[in-house]
Amino acid sequence: MAGDKVARTGNEAMAEAMRQINPDVVAAYPITPATEVAQLFSQFVADGKVDTEFVTVESEHSAMSACIGASAGGARAMTATASQGLALMNEMLHIASGLRLPIVMPEVNRALSAPINIHGDHSDTMASKDTGWIQINCENSQEAYDSIIQAVKICEHPDVLLPAMVSDDGFIISHCMEVIHMLSDDEAKKFIGEYKPERFLLDVDRPYTLGALDLQDYYFEHKRQEIEAMNKASKVIVEVGKEFGKKFGREYGLFEEYRMDGAELVILVMGSTAGTTKTVVRELRKNGIKAGLLKLRIFRPFPFKELSDALRGAKALAVMDRSDAFNSFGGPLFEDVRSSLYDLEKKPLITNYIYGLGGRDIGLDAIKGVYDDLKKMTETGKVEQVVNYLGVRE
Amino acid sequence: MAEIKKKGWKELAHGDVLEAGTAAEFETGNWRSERPVRDMNKCISCLICWINCPDSAVILKDGKMTEEFDLKFCKGCGICAKVCPPKIQAIKMVPEKKSGK
Amino acid sequence: MPGIKELAKREEQMTGGHRLCSGCGAGIMARQVLLAASKHKVICTSSTGCLEVATTIFPYSSWKVPFFHSAFENSAATCSGIEAAYQALKRKGKVDKDIKFIAFGGDGGTYDIGLQSLSGAMERGHNMLYVCYDNGAYMNTGIQRSSASPRGSHTTTGPSGKVSYGKKQYRKDLTEIMASHHIPYAAQTSIGNWRDLTTKVEKALDTEGPSFINIFTPCRLGWAYDPAITIELAKLASDTHYWPMYEVVNGEYKLSYKPKEKKPYKEFLQLQGRFKHMLKNEELVNEIEEEIERRWNRLLKLCGEEVQQ
Repeated sequence: MAGDKVARTGNEAMAEAMRQINPDVVAAYPITPATEVAQLFSQFVADGKVDTEFVTVESEHSAMSACIGASAGGARAMTATASQGLALMNEMLHIASGLRLPIVMPEVNRALSAPINIHGDHSDTMASKDTGWIQINCENSQEAYDSIIQAVKICEHPDVLLPAMVSDDGFIISHCMEVIHMLSDDEAKKFIGEYKPERFLLDVDRPYTLGALDLQDYYFEHKRQEIEAMNKASKVIVEVGKEFGKKFGREYGLFEEYRMDGAELVILVMGSTAGTTKTVVRELRKNGIKAGLLKLRIFRPFPFKELSDALRGAKALAVMDRSDAFNSFGGPLFEDVRSSLYDLEKKPLITNYIYGLGGRDIGLDAIKGVYDDLKKMTETGKVEQVVNYLGVRE
Repeated sequence: MAEIKKKGWKELAHGDVLEAGTAAEFETGNWRSERPVRDMNKCISCLICWINCPDSAVILKDGKMTEEFDLKFCKGCGICAKVCPPKIQAIKMVPEKKSGK
Repeated sequence: MPGIKELAKREEQMTGGHRLCSGCGAGIMARQVLLAASKHKVICTSSTGCLEVATTIFPYSSWKVPFFHSAFENSAATCSGIEAAYQALKRKGKVDKDIKFIAFGGDGGTYDIGLQSLSGAMERGHNMLYVCYDNGAYMNTGIQRSSASPRGSHTTTGPSGKVSYGKKQYRKDLTEIMASHHIPYAAQTSIGNWRDLTTKVEKALDTEGPSFINIFTPCRLGWAYDPAITIELAKLASDTHYWPMYEVVNGEYKLSYKPKEKKPYKEFLQLQGRFKHMLKNEELVNEIEEEIERRWNRLLKLCGEEVQQ
């Protein structure tokens, strides 16, 4: 298929990216709202559009286990999941990163149980934030498609060798039709290149043991290597994002700065809500209000330095969390952003909004209200309420 | 026993990669309180002791029994002596001297 | 069927220098499986457990073949992933060798926490052999009760005490569960019979598709016995009918070993510390013996053997 403008839902866009990657192994298990990704991909297998070994495992735990085996075996391996599936994989997520296996996983954000809910919030990926996976958050289908292609190249980079999950918001993006630009199959193939691992189990003439017991004398060294890989990942993510931009006209970085020139009132948000916020920012700017948006794309590795640089000029900042950390001090994004700003001499006033849990809609008025709050903060010089719950019935 | 020099994180292979068969460098013979002794006059080289050794400590040469055991590995469990056919009884377990080997 | 002289000519795929207990049945099991497999190129996985932990303490590995471990409950799923990678890479011409796959797991990692992963891998039909080394408890974590522990045995989570004789339930019949998957080869064997064990491993690896072997593997620490009698104890388990050796080839049951004379179950019990408390409980021992015979006779019928009443 030639590069073209096509109408695709988020799930279709993710599946198309997987088709073009043509992984050696895909092991997947159904879960709303990500089911379609694997389902569409299995049709590509059935129609001979890919030559992937498709493994219909009996759980997400086995999906990740099979991907880990396949990746260690020397294959390019992928799966897709959401919510409870990601939670069930949790043990194996740590093992994939610990063994330095560059698995790429499309992930569709959905609220974690209980109570059970199928709609989009970020509690699932936030519960996996410390698993050693690169986490890329997408505003829309286009970003999801582009980021999955880029993730393969990022993960397999010899300085990185870490797995990555690429997320978009359940239903809001996963089931919403948008026009996206696709690369041609050939462009995608050339961009990601061939996977050539240095050591792999199927290379039976160079046998080795992988996954050995590391005690007090080696565990720390192996973990230190993993930390270094995450440190280096930022640079590679930016390089790959630039290369992608140069070749295909859509450049990506660690975050997107939208109308941040001279912005005094800033919202920091991830995912589809960034789109809504952009509309509000445009309107406010028209009225002479210095509003700006910082849309975070890469949550892991967290761009501490770059973020604090970008927020240097802000007077008031609202960090929007689509999940709570249940630590009684705000959401997980808030914690990291607030910590990033600690070394700034002149810090913006900072507040946190927990919003959209369980897929609760967030509209233009709600975002507009947040900017109003920020404005009030700059006028009084005070943060009345550090953690706010936006859109919940009292 | 030759101790493998412990590498720092920059030198180690990434991701818990361990070369095959390196345990051959590790001595477990010092666990032993008894050692097997084989009477080659009695041994019929039936190989039953060899196939049942958990520690690969029964040494064969050209598919035949030798008098020696690999004492670097042998933990002195006594399985070899026990599985030696009742009419043959070629292996005896004898106490290790207290000073060790 | 390989003779012992033939096996002796093969290259050992497992080195000494591992940290399994002196007299450990799992060491014997792994060596014999690998000897039987050594005419092939093999890749092994293992669930977390004694075998895995004691043979791969960084930087020392006993495995001369490629070996992979990721977690406890997923040896089968992990192995199935490597096998899938093999199918894909072979098709793409990136791997040209013929390779066989063996997943190991203890009874805790197989009967209990890994049962789902094993069932899935067998049902999907991967070309792999799963070997369960059954020592009847979670030995690596310190002898906790599993669904493979025999009735009456003392374990650290099913201890005998003033009001309890230990485990109340009979062991689950995993080999039967595997046979019910209608895989081409399922078998039960024991380290008490090297010939039967190595023959079955060869057969399983020569089978196209998934295969399963359950291997009776005494644990000197968990069972509390003199390590020298590891093999003798394994033999007794079969001679008392507690651990029958049989195979199910494409649905056909075949008995591999019939003791000339059945020995009383008590002979097996009295050599082990884990049963010490129940030796005087004749009623219990008799009850267990009856259940063992019921299961044995059922198996004889399945194998088309004459049932002796």
